[in-house]
Amino acid sequence: MSDALVEVRNVSFAYQGRQVLRGVDLVVPRGKVVAIMGGSGSGKTTLLSLIGGQLRAQVGEVRVDGQDVAALPRDALYAMRRRMGMLFQFGALFTDLSVFDNVAFPLREHTELPEELIRDLVLMKLHAVGLRGAAKLRPSELSGGMARRVALARATALDPMLMMYDEPFAGLDPISLGVIGQLIRRLNDALGAASILVTHDVIESLEIVDYVYFIGEGKVVAQGTPDEIRASSDPYVHQFIYSEADGPVRFHYPAPDYAASLLRAEGG
Amino acid sequence: MRNAVSRLGAWAINAVWRLGFAARFFFGLLAYSGQSFRRFRGLTMREIYMSGVLSLLIIMVSGLFVGLVLGLQGFETLQRFGSSDALGTLVALSLTRELGPVVAGLLFASRAGTAVTAEIGLMKTTEQLKAMDMMAVNPVSRVVAPRFWGGVFAMPLLAALFSAMGVFGGWLIGVVLIGVDGGSFWSQMQAAVDFRYDIVNGVIKSFVFGVAVSLIAVFEGWDCVPTAEGISRAITRTVVSSALAILALDFVLTSFMFRELS
Repeated sequence: MSDALVEVRNVSFAYQGRQVLRGVDLVVPRGKVVAIMGGSGSGKTTLLSLIGGQLRAQVGEVRVDGQDVAALPRDALYAMRRRMGMLFQFGALFTDLSVFDNVAFPLREHTELPEELIRDLVLMKLHAVGLRGAAKLRPSELSGGMARRVALARATALDPMLMMYDEPFAGLDPISLGVIGQLIRRLNDALGAASILVTHDVIESLEIVDYVYFIGEGKVVAQGTPDEIRASSDPYVHQFIYSEADGPVRFHYPAPDYAASLLRAEGG
Repeated sequence: MRNAVSRLGAWAINAVWRLGFAARFFFGLLAYSGQSFRRFRGLTMREIYMSGVLSLLIIMVSGLFVGLVLGLQGFETLQRFGSSDALGTLVALSLTRELGPVVAGLLFASRAGTAVTAEIGLMKTTEQLKAMDMMAVNPVSRVVAPRFWGGVFAMPLLAALFSAMGVFGGWLIGVVLIGVDGGSFWSQMQAAVDFRYDIVNGVIKSFVFGVAVSLIAVFEGWDCVPTAEGISRAITRTVVSSALAILALDFVLTSFMFRELS
């Protein structure tokens, strides 16, 4: 893959002594949608936080548009984030603002545009996600899928070069799931941006992404195009795609021997 | 025994650590306060409305009742010494020096402080603060500082209104209901209440209480564990810490302000 927008090189990260990522390497090229998949707690969201500069890698390097994210001072980091958009798991809409004001928020904070132009831009963004008619609603009046779409409109308000999605399909009904999936692809292509999709949703994701990285136990355990992933014989990928309860990702949390535990309990 | 000592040690270390964190947070908040003044109408005014205007009812009603009680109790005591004409002085001095700032501060912490803690805590829990940070908008500058300054500006105004309503309540009981001479009530009050010693000191106290309560409220919201239980604990801590801070600061300020009396 060439023309990389995001490069993660040999990155390791630990939370309070617990190793989450161990020497991860991945590349996100411009114009592509890349999925990062893996079980809960495998370090996918940590990886997004490292790319967004909310966390700093203890080992290795994260580069976005050629810049070392960890080395950027606050002002430069904020300047870079203005060219990034992030969709949080449950939208993270500002509950004290209407749908319109949520989408207008980044425009009002970062531009000096007149209010008439902001209005036009907001309506355009809302129209793109099919919610122009919901502009006056409050976030509490939206369904989960609608909130995710409004958050998507807000995240793309400044036409970012990089979009990051943290579990965009979590908790959505099949219709909303399909709508969000198609929007992610269409917006990426329309903006000419790169997108990183952190998700568990294998079937929906493989339909829209260009490349997939599987993260397991803090490392990249498999990678490839959707066709390569479908054909993969890797046990980790197999377990994930076929939703098997046990496999390389264990069903049981590490514990002492069951029989020994029961006998110890009986013995008091 | 050893366990108890180690628990006590852990508690003390945690308390000192939190105090240090709160101090750093306070300086960070001051450093990022520029936007609160540059966009005063858009950001800070809204918070003055939320913390101040929406607290008006509870402050004014409470002030009235405190004044009514002061009028009754004051008259009952003063008439024993044949000085019921001094009722206005007693009511005004009690309110401007102590009761106004202290009770208004306690009410402000319960009404506005808890609301601020809950709002910031909920914004943290629902990742709104994180989202703002990812949009290159500093949440301390955009969310925390305006709420802090809104509280700081609202508190002295609320305390002044509390005192005014209290004086009105004292007049209602003393002059209208019991029949104390209205002229004596107002003239003695005017003669006894010193602008510098009583009014200004009361304003200084309410300003300091405003800083303390607002800081505690925003800090507890910012530092809360992002769960329902975490927010509920943070709100409790806001009320308890604010009440203790107000009473302790009141003692310290009073001892400095009126030290020539001792």
